[in-house]
Amino acid sequence: MSTEAAIEPPPAGGHVPSIATSTLLRSTREAALKTPSIRWCDDPQVGSSSSVLVDSRETRKMNTYQAVRDAMSIALNKDETAVVFGEDVAFGGVFRCTMGLAEEFGRERVFNTPLTEQGIAGFGIGLAAMGQTAIAEIQFSDYIYPAFDQLVNEAAKLRYRSGGQYNVGGLTIRTPTMAVGHGGLYHSQSPEGFFLGAAGLKIVIPRSPIQAKGLLLASIRDPNPVIFMEPKILYRSAIEQVPLDDYELPLSQAEILTSGSDLTILTYGTPVYTCETAIHHLSQPPPSLDALIPQSVRSASVELIDLRTILPWDVDTVVKSVQKTGRLLIVHEAGRTGGVAGEIATEIQKRCFLRLEAPVHRVTGWEDSEISTPVALQYEKFYIPDAVRVLDGIIKALTY
Amino acid sequence: MATLRCLRRSALPRLSIFSRGVQTSADTTRLTSGTPEDSSEPFQVTLHEDSFHSYKCDTPSLDVSVTKDSLLDMYRQMQTMRRMEMAADALYKAKLIRGFCHLAIGQEAVSVGIESGITPEDRVITAYRCHPFAVLRGGTIKGVIAELLGRQAGMSHGKGGSMHIFTPSFFGGNGIVGAQVPVGAGIAFAQKYLERKTATFALYGDGASNQGQVFEAFNMAKLWDLPCVFVCENNKYGMGTSAERSSSNTKYFTRGDQIPGIQVNGMDILASHQAVKFAREWVVEGKGPLLLEFVTYRYGGHSMSDPGTTYRTREEIQRMRSTQDPIRGLQRYIEEWGVASEEDLKAIDKQAKQEVDRAVEEAKESPEPEVKDLWTDIYYKGTEPPFMRGREREEVRLHY
Repeated sequence: MSTEAAIEPPPAGGHVPSIATSTLLRSTREAALKTPSIRWCDDPQVGSSSSVLVDSRETRKMNTYQAVRDAMSIALNKDETAVVFGEDVAFGGVFRCTMGLAEEFGRERVFNTPLTEQGIAGFGIGLAAMGQTAIAEIQFSDYIYPAFDQLVNEAAKLRYRSGGQYNVGGLTIRTPTMAVGHGGLYHSQSPEGFFLGAAGLKIVIPRSPIQAKGLLLASIRDPNPVIFMEPKILYRSAIEQVPLDDYELPLSQAEILTSGSDLTILTYGTPVYTCETAIHHLSQPPPSLDALIPQSVRSASVELIDLRTILPWDVDTVVKSVQKTGRLLIVHEAGRTGGVAGEIATEIQKRCFLRLEAPVHRVTGWEDSEISTPVALQYEKFYIPDAVRVLDGIIKALTY
Repeated sequence: MATLRCLRRSALPRLSIFSRGVQTSADTTRLTSGTPEDSSEPFQVTLHEDSFHSYKCDTPSLDVSVTKDSLLDMYRQMQTMRRMEMAADALYKAKLIRGFCHLAIGQEAVSVGIESGITPEDRVITAYRCHPFAVLRGGTIKGVIAELLGRQAGMSHGKGGSMHIFTPSFFGGNGIVGAQVPVGAGIAFAQKYLERKTATFALYGDGASNQGQVFEAFNMAKLWDLPCVFVCENNKYGMGTSAERSSSNTKYFTRGDQIPGIQVNGMDILASHQAVKFAREWVVEGKGPLLLEFVTYRYGGHSMSDPGTTYRTREEIQRMRSTQDPIRGLQRYIEEWGVASEEDLKAIDKQAKQEVDRAVEEAKESPEPEVKDLWTDIYYKGTEPPFMRGREREEVRLHY
């Protein structure tokens, strides 16, 4: 099923210049240790983050793939039932997330599978049903479709259909997702929306190295099956000081990255940085955009939220924000029809109807009228929402 | 059409030459020693010489060691299982069981034969003809019938139904054709990883044998030498299509490529028993996986909505019932070998019927699941989202 993964990793710094300079990335030790909701997992008083303990903690500069690797290393170290498997993972994986793990933990615990996505998912479900911690990799999220049946029918439903007797809580499926700039039809898709109806599964998408490590450890230990989608362009381009200790970040909890009062922007994964750039352009437009941005919106105060967990998503945080701002813009890379934004928009419209001052706006993978186009190679930059399209969405939402 | 006719013509001679499987008489095993007084003392019987065919391995020995007790146990179990399935049939026709229901009447020598040759530490996973396995692997008749009726006393608390019945050593009942096979490979991997000297029996039908993921599972199991016995219950029809019309190779025991296989007369309980012991020993000794094909027959339709007579003749069903019935076959052994008298067996029959009748009555008394359990067991208790859509009308108002 899989095509050969001959994708070159993006150059350091990535294709979106703002990622390298983003103020959302925590590039100092102090900032890293103050990551909101961080839960240290190594001391007896779990959840404690007293200053004494924090002072002694170390961080190291890591990009996202190194942080993902660090998380798996901790999981393998602390949990002897944990195994890591997938296509080519034993020699590092195409994105290097499993580099050196086979040497460190043995090839019985970190091993290559055949190119067999449906088999990998089914195998992982069997393993997890036996009580083991199964960390499977689907090499690209575009290849998750052959495993769709196993994930939706078996992994998601086992607990329910056995009346709670069995579960596959130990299963985590890691998979690189979203556009890379030149992935094309089968290497740049965002399939998270297809799983929205699969109650029983969790879908998590991190935005940075610190987030990736904490959310991945939480996903691995969460007693529910989790699909953990890693935005592949961030593997190298997003760099932070990452705490070396074992810590988790909460699932199903969105994070408010910048608070504001006039507009809520909800997004996840790579577009977090696109939105940051767009917000920046709103108040300080470059000369090329200056004439297009009405003076009236330039001082608007925008609240940026990273959803982080797509299923089940944090309704409360989003509702609270929209009750405050009255306007919501949702940004994701997947196409609009049947996408995550449609689901969230409906729910927010229902819960915040009387408070909304504009319809919920969506900026998503490109659409011509009602039909999403595929993520075609030559059109990829055009397809994914860029800062100008997000900016346009901001202005539309603010001036409605 | 011309092409099709041409295909059909060329297919027929091929079938008649190559597809002859093992003979499937149920009563051709011969006594080779005297029967002992002591009911727990072993004695020897010899199977028909055409009880097994093999692929890339030797056939199991035709000499089987049995005891009077073991024969009577098998008889009791087969008779009870048939009674249970007949009760399910009646309850379905009385409209007390709704939905999908697949019965295994005629295939008792497979389920009881497997159970007689394995230990409680071994693991079994099957598709939807699962009721006998659920009982034999530690469940109860009441639990199965109540599950079919959708009652709280059901083994999945009424939340699963016919295909969704589990015990600690029986991984279900699975509704997606073929999906249980890679799950079985995962279970076997866990057994190997945990260094338990145990086996997994992953069952599927002749219909499911053409699913791609079955071959994915074969490949992984052989690659990693997993202690997995892949069991094809060949009842000659995948839903309404005969094996010859669906499979280019109907010798299912040869379809594992590098995996050795045994074809077994699945109508003679003693041949089943012998093959299962052989297979268990094979995989537990670390020789890698094995395919086991039971040639068997279902008397009823594929499911309750299939009369089972549109794609095969009534004469064929009648012939199988009257000449190759596994329970009658064992009955004949028991009587001819002086293990027990006809009256003794009639008493067992009566007991079986009473046991099932009592279980049905008890199951009927159990209430339906409570409304609140509609949304339990989706996520691990305590990690579920704070609301689930439609859970309570009032709850929605809280957010307006």
